[in-house]
This record gives sequence, structure tokens and C-alpha cells, in this order.
Amino acid sequence: MTKTALQFRHNGRDVALFVDGGVNLLVALRESIGDMTPKFGCGQGGCGACSVLIDGELHLSCLTLAETVNGRAVETLDGLKDGPNLHPLQRAFMEQFAAQCGYCTPGMLMAAKALLDRNPSPSRAEVIEAISGNICRCTGYEPIINAVLAAASGGRARA
Amino acid sequence: MLELRKDIFADERDDNLKEIGRGTQRQDMLGHVTGTSTYFDDHKLQGMLHLKVLRSPHAHARLRRIDTMEAERSAGVRRIIRGADVPRNLNTLLSLINFGKDDEPSLAVDKVRYKGEPIVAVVADSPREAYEAIAKVRVDYEPLPAVFDVEGALKPGAPVVNETYPKNTFVYHDVYDHQKLRFGDVERGFAEADHVLEQHYQMSPIEHAPTETNGSIAAPDTNGRYVVYTSTQALFFSLDTCAKILDVPSNTFHFIGGTVGGGFGGKVDTLTEPLAILGAMLTGRPVRYQLGREEEMQFGSPRGAERIYIKDGVMRDGRIVARKIRAYFDSGAYTRLSSYAVVKCVAHLPGPYTIPNVHGDVYCVFTNRTPATAMRGFGVTAMDFALECQMDKLAHLVGIDPMEFRILNAYRDGDMKAHRREAKNTALIECVQVAAEKAKWPLREEMRRMSSRKDGGGSRAAVSPTPLEPAPQGAAVSQQRTTYDRAPPATIQPPPPTPTPSPPRPPAPSPSHGATRFSSVFGTRRR
Repeated sequence: MTKTALQFRHNGRDVALFVDGGVNLLVALRESIGDMTPKFGCGQGGCGACSVLIDGELHLSCLTLAETVNGRAVETLDGLKDGPNLHPLQRAFMEQFAAQCGYCTPGMLMAAKALLDRNPSPSRAEVIEAISGNICRCTGYEPIINAVLAAASGGRARA
Repeated sequence: MLELRKDIFADERDDNLKEIGRGTQRQDMLGHVTGTSTYFDDHKLQGMLHLKVLRSPHAHARLRRIDTMEAERSAGVRRIIRGADVPRNLNTLLSLINFGKDDEPSLAVDKVRYKGEPIVAVVADSPREAYEAIAKVRVDYEPLPAVFDVEGALKPGAPVVNETYPKNTFVYHDVYDHQKLRFGDVERGFAEADHVLEQHYQMSPIEHAPTETNGSIAAPDTNGRYVVYTSTQALFFSLDTCAKILDVPSNTFHFIGGTVGGGFGGKVDTLTEPLAILGAMLTGRPVRYQLGREEEMQFGSPRGAERIYIKDGVMRDGRIVARKIRAYFDSGAYTRLSSYAVVKCVAHLPGPYTIPNVHGDVYCVFTNRTPATAMRGFGVTAMDFALECQMDKLAHLVGIDPMEFRILNAYRDGDMKAHRREAKNTALIECVQVAAEKAKWPLREEMRRMSSRKDGGGSRAAVSPTPLEPAPQGAAVSQQRTTYDRAPPATIQPPPPTPTPSPPRPPAPSPSHGATRFSSVFGTRRR
């Protein structure tokens, strides 16, 4: 099978790899780079578990051809922490019980980050809209929405 | 009272368990928010192969011929697995606790009994190559009449879904085609009742839809064992099921799981592990078998559909005097756990109420639908929905407030339950009182003063005279008891031809093997 050379920034670090034609970004990240934080849930763009940021914009890595990220910057949950320090969203998710099985959490956190990066103090409705492409089957969304709002207000005002 | 030797564990934890009202961080939360919790699919193994299965497009068909010649020559294919390659290609999940007959093959041999049933497995270098090879398998199907309706399946002349149960029903206590409950005399109760209400309820199957689909990775270990990373919700149950199907001692496997991407009951069926391990045995390489989303939605077992008929006799003063229930659980093509759901359901009748005359007949029925399984309170959830709908309708019928109607009929400490156990630690009255208060629903003072601990027992502890029924006619169907002594199993299928090449066999099991397997089912420690 024809291999394509690919170079992009992965969580602030340059990576270069060869991928099979037609391989999606999710597979490239998990199998070639070994970043297991984006999850496979459906492969159809229906669940959001594979969500990543490409040049700061939210994308579904299962529906993104790997070769299209050449020269661009890809961020995953693996790059969300600042060294040993958790991102405010991660702290809020922990404190607000915003994860149960944890499988949707990587995608949920990336969707929330995409929102807060462009809108640091979103309304409840904006949070709901921002995570509307991410399916959670355990917690029931309410704690997740509260966690995003709590992270947005820097923990000053609990939603 | 069981005495615990707490002195043995004195250094492990103190007994201060006063945790209610205090925040406690879950131990797995940090892993979840940093994406480092390890699910089965997060294991990347050197030389890993991928297994996919060919699934039946028919709900019911005879398999005339399976031609894998072209598929075997397909690029990247390492191994094609057929039913004959599975050492014990017939199993039922609850055989581990001696309940039910082996009725489900890992790979279909003579017939397919539901749409999506696996027929052939392909192990290839990549998922794509596995799919391409599957497209090249030729199967000659002879479509058979199918039955999708639980009552239709019980009619004379209905297609036989699963030859292990030729009457399309699970067999209880070796003779009955359903699980019975008899308590008092419902017909007399109906004759005395002021009102009789008959209703019928139909549930649909429900897919659990976990975000992580079912799957597993099996890898040969050194020393002849296999490491299995799995999404299972029932680790030791799955391990023992695999030991039985693959006919090896259970200590052949090292199962690693526990981090499950959502289960809800949909990951107890050991759907993927036996074939993943067999693939690893036959190729000597790690093998990954993960269901795609369509497979999970269409062929992963759902909550079973239930059809429920309820006939109640109620007095003008609100007392329910008779409740008769007939229900059909749609098990799909194989038993899995529906047989157990029926038992659980019957033990729950007539709901948390004291009714002197109760009659229950619940059937576990086989149809050509996807096999059903566990899901959140299965056996009870749907029946409770029907019973509580019925309670509202009865309350309306006799003109009593529905909350008060429940308090009136609620069981109390000391009452006799329909399965002849005394009701203890009951709290339905208190639950209704609290619910009413929270909902600002007015209850009369008299109802607010009632208690589960008062006015129970006495005449309410009696078992009303229960008429005997004629014993079922005909010779007893002998229930196959699964043995644990490694004796050759009694199967209804001809012995499969020896697979070539045969999977590497670990050393012969020790005589204590059966005991080990059994103990792990019940969670006791082997000495």
C-alpha cells in the first residue's frame, strides 16, 4: 500500500511519520504516535470520543484523513496538562464528578477546551451547545456542564 | 451473625466508614481526566493481528456450504476460523452455575438463528484486510421461515429456532416450559372483586450503546498461557467461559480488565474473548477483536423485549385481592441470561404489595431475534413499569389517590410475600410518604401516619389455600447438567472434525480443575 509522508506538530512537538493512504487521524495518533488519549467510539462522527484540536479548532479525528494535518498543529488530551499541573478543566472534572467510565472524557475535555479558548466565560447554553457533539452514556451531562462552567469561572463561582 | 476476623486485616483499614456527607475522590478519576486510564484497546502489542467475523444476513437459514478458498488467498490473511476449529463450539453462559443447556455456538455450523450471527472469523494483518477477506467468503444459505413474535413462537407449527429447545421455550425444573408462581386462588379472588382490570404491555429491546464497543485483545504469553485484555464487565465469568469453550484449564488465561468504557449489562456475554484467544492460539500472535459501532448496535445483545399481561381484582375500598400475570421474555435465538431474568421476575411478583392471591406464568421464549442479555435491573425493570402503570389505572378505577393507593397495598414487615418468604425491612410506605412530601403531593393525615413497621403480619402472614394443578404431561425433558470433571460433554451436535493445525495445548489439567473453575464463579478463594 502506498505510504504518505506526514509532518505535523503534536502537542507542541514536531512529529514525522509515514501513513497508509486513507488512514484517519485517530488511527495515526493511536497506532503510529502511540497517543492513546483520543478514543474510538463509532468511527462515524457520531460520538465525539475521538475529538482533537487542529490549529485550535475542534475536529473529529476519526473523520479526518491523516494526510490533511500535514504542517498543522494537533492537540489531544495528552497535551492538556502543563507538566505535572492539571488544566483547570481537568481539575474541575475531577472535583465535579464529571466522569464515570471515563471513555468520553478525552473528547469532552477537548470540546470544552475549544470553547473556553475562544470564549472564556460561556453561558450554560453555550456550554451545552459546545459539548452537543459528545455522547456520554454514564454521568448524564449535568455534572459535565457544571464542571465546564466551574472551570470557566476559575473556580470563583460554582455553577 | 457472621463473625469477621477483623484482627487479620487490622493494618489494612480502620472501621471508620462514616463517609456519607463527605467528599471522597474516586481513585480512577485522575486517570480519566488525563486520558491515562487504560482500556483494553489502549494496549499496543508487537505484531498484533485483527479479527473480524462474517455475520449472517438472514434471521434464520440453513448453512449449505461455506467456501473460504478465495478468502484464504486474500492479502494479509493469516487464518480463517470456522466452527469446526472451536474446541467446544456449544455453550450457554449460565452453565457455569449449572443452569440451562449448552445452546449457542461461537461460530454457526449448521444453521444461523439470528441476523448477525457469526459464521466465519478472519484473522488478518489489518482490519481492512480482514474485511476484504470476509467479502470473499461464499456462503450458500437456505433461508428458513423465521419467527419474531414471542407468542407466535409458541404456536403449534412455529419454526423451531434453537433445536436445543424444540418448543421454543427454556425448560424450568426439567419439565416446565415456563416459570410458575402460585399463591392462593386468583380465580376466587376475581370472583370476589368489585372490579377486574386486564391490561397488556409491550416493551422494546434497548441497546446499551456503551461509548466503548465490546472487544478484547489476546496475546500468547510465555509458559503456554495467554494474556487477555478485555472490556468485559464480568472478568472471571468471561475467563471461565473461555476455558470451557476452548477446553483448557482456566489457569491458561491471565485476564486483565476492570477499566470498562461503559457496560450497563452489555458486556457480560463474553462476545469477543473466545475467538480472540482462539485466533492467538492458531496464529501464535496477539489478536484484537473489537466490534464496530454497527455491530455493537445491531448485533450486541440488547435488553430483551417483554410482553406482559396483567389481570387484577380490586375492591372498592382499594385492596387488591388478586393479581394474575402472564409474561413472555424475548430471549432472541439463544438463552444467554434471559432464563435467569425470568426467575428474577417471578420472584419479584406481584411487586412490593401484599396481595392474597397471586398467579404468575413467565416464559423465556426463543425467537429469531438478536439474543438478549442483562441490562440494569433486567427481569424486574420492565415488569415494574407494567405493574406501576397498572397501579395508577387501578387507583383511577376505584377513585383513590394513586400515592395513597400504593400505601394501602404496600407490604409491611411480617407480611407473607408470594414466594413464601416473610417481608422484612420493608420501606415502601415511607418511600411514598417522602416522595409525596418532596413533590408537595397532599396525603391525608391517616396516610402520613402509616408505617411499614405497623399492622403487618397476622392474617397478612397467611398463605391462602392454593389449589393444586395437574402435573405436566409427557416425559420429563432431561436437563443437561454441565459437568466440571472434564468428562466429554453431551452435545446435540456431531463431534467437530479435528482442526488443522490444532491449537497448541497446555499441559493436561489437574483433577482439581473443576473445583477451581467453580470457585472462581462464586468468588471464593482456592486453598
